[in-house]
Amino acid sequence: MFEIVFISTLNGILYGMLLFLMASGLTVIFSMMGVLNFAHAGFYMLGAFFGFEISRRVGFWPGLVIAPLLVGLIGMAVERYGLRRVHRHGHVAELLFTFGLTYVIQQAVEMVWGKLPVDYEVPRSLDFPAFTVFGTEYPAFKMFELLISVAIFLVLLLVIKRTRIGLVVQAALSHPGMVAMLGHNVDRVFMLVFGVGVALAAVAGVIAGPALVTQSNMAGLLGPILFVVVVVGGLGSLGGAFIASLLIGLLQTFAVASNASLADLFGSSASAGALQTYLSDIWNVTVAQVAPILPYLLLVLILIFRPRGLMGTRET
Amino acid sequence: MSRASDAPAAPVPDAGRGSFLAAYGIWIALAIVIAALPHIFSSGLALSMMSVMGTMIVFALSYNMLLGQTGLLSFGHAVFFGLGGFFAVHLMNALSGGEAPMPLIAFPLVGALAGLVFGIVVGAVATRRAGTAFAMITLGIGELVASSALILRSFFGGEEGISTDRTDLIQPFGLTFGPQIEVYYLIGAWCFVSMAAMYALTRTPFGRICNAVRENPERARFIGYNTQTVRFIAFSLSGLFAGIAGALAAINFEIMNSAQLGAAESGSVILMTYIGGIGNFAGPVIGAILVTYLQFTLSDITDVWQLYFGLLFIAVVMFAPNGIAGLLTLQEPLIRAGNLGRVSLYYPLAVVPALVALAGFSLMVEMTYRLSVGGSEMSFLYVPLNARAPLPWLAAIVLLGGGGWLFLRGARKVGQVYGDAVQEGLRR
Repeated sequence: MFEIVFISTLNGILYGMLLFLMASGLTVIFSMMGVLNFAHAGFYMLGAFFGFEISRRVGFWPGLVIAPLLVGLIGMAVERYGLRRVHRHGHVAELLFTFGLTYVIQQAVEMVWGKLPVDYEVPRSLDFPAFTVFGTEYPAFKMFELLISVAIFLVLLLVIKRTRIGLVVQAALSHPGMVAMLGHNVDRVFMLVFGVGVALAAVAGVIAGPALVTQSNMAGLLGPILFVVVVVGGLGSLGGAFIASLLIGLLQTFAVASNASLADLFGSSASAGALQTYLSDIWNVTVAQVAPILPYLLLVLILIFRPRGLMGTRET
Repeated sequence: MSRASDAPAAPVPDAGRGSFLAAYGIWIALAIVIAALPHIFSSGLALSMMSVMGTMIVFALSYNMLLGQTGLLSFGHAVFFGLGGFFAVHLMNALSGGEAPMPLIAFPLVGALAGLVFGIVVGAVATRRAGTAFAMITLGIGELVASSALILRSFFGGEEGISTDRTDLIQPFGLTFGPQIEVYYLIGAWCFVSMAAMYALTRTPFGRICNAVRENPERARFIGYNTQTVRFIAFSLSGLFAGIAGALAAINFEIMNSAQLGAAESGSVILMTYIGGIGNFAGPVIGAILVTYLQFTLSDITDVWQLYFGLLFIAVVMFAPNGIAGLLTLQEPLIRAGNLGRVSLYYPLAVVPALVALAGFSLMVEMTYRLSVGGSEMSFLYVPLNARAPLPWLAAIVLLGGGGWLFLRGARKVGQVYGDAVQEGLRR
């Protein structure tokens, strides 16, 4: 039992940190520009596939640097020539633009790399067990993923809280007009933030790719979860996004590891038998099977009972 | 956000005999077109394509009740489409072979009821907010229902779905609904009725208040309307019509699958509605017809048709936010001023280079695709070529660059001519 709890906690934190790498960019972009970037998971996928392509030709380590840079550049171009243009037509048009972008990224990836999973290998220098608990080997690559995401989290925190750039970004969040008045180029700040945001998502893609499956549906699988994180944490709140990422990471890993079902809970008494015939689907479903639904359930509950999210300051 | 007025040529309420024809002429014409189409396009493929088009018209129009009329961007509209279809299929199966007095033609009502009930349930949660939060909630609920559908196997049939037999019901007037033509007329009739009902709804005070909530919720509140209630009613009614569309799809295909209530279906209705144009009642109709036609035909021509599709959508969002219907309504002042003929002579200046650029771009896409699936021999527009040779790539770049440059120049010229012509019309 303790073994499952330990491994699940570790995996949950890891998954949560990966989610946060993406959610942080998403939520900063949202609070700055009011754009919920639908294509954020698409950029994560691009990161994974670029990382794969570079690691196949040059190696994993160059990929870790080059792929996010490339994706960041693409993101900046998208902001400069796409989003900024659509901005005039209002938020619905912006949302639809990024929605269309998801579609295009997905199709482009399918066109170039096909629909089947690609063989994105863990780099040899990290392909060994980090430690052994209860006879289970925990791969070093996962520890490396954890390390990278924690490091980026700390750097991000320092940049936003301690540097002049962070100050301008924070100011542009709440008072874009005033920041422009003081002589900062708000448009350029937006472009950079968008680029850095999607580059972070790409980092997540590069380091998650070898551990998870690098496939053209990975954006579609992860995208909705990302929105759950951002909404549950409170739109525009970095701290909230952090907590919600960990919460959802842990929730999903623990749910997957659990085999309980209503049938187990109630045993097989006579009254349960009657219920069982009517609710056979629900009755025998294990918690693990319900795992994919849980984040959305959480989303709906949060929106009903606490619409501004865990740490949000404004009503969404 | 500026949008064109909602109704294409509102019926002018002038006294006299001509007014009936003026007000309802377009609907009579529509009924005649729906009735006559299978006699013009009578092939099996055309019939099934037109049946799908009818279904999608209802679906897209129901979606536009939200996006176009009330300004609500929903990412989970297929939930109602799918549930409407599933309830219709289950009732069809329950009544099969029996003597229950429920002919096939009444089954879209089942879908409507299911759509309405779930519209009320979901709407109660989702319409508390508007804007981005509403979009997120509908996305979450859409995902919730779609992933639950894979768990509740006895209702949703798991991966393979639930199939049914539409001919196994009572058959009044000898209508078996076995042949596709009979199904086409069933769908056509329901499509006509739904279109008329949804159009009528836009003309009611409620429809107007929906527009007010879209344009300026604060003012709508100040004149005494509860915007949340308005959104809620619009959402529920739109669920109703989506349910009708779902039931029509169930009747047409005789199978419902959990994919039909998922994100892909929700996405495709957004694409249809927006490409057609959300600011105009006819927009979603145009969008549904065009997109269905492209889905049927493009997939034969190219394997990466969905990529073109997404790019078309982005192009519409960026350059023509009122969709195809919006581009058509732009011609209206020209027609009134009587100089459409003169101005339209300039349109090729923009259209031809755009087509050239498109050809160049699509050549690049197709060659990339050819290289990624392995092999290099291919043909593009009946021209055989080798995707590894530099010449086709050079040609593609020249076509794309040159076409794009000429298009920008041509578009500027056309814009100028258009603006002048409209000004001239105003002066007169």
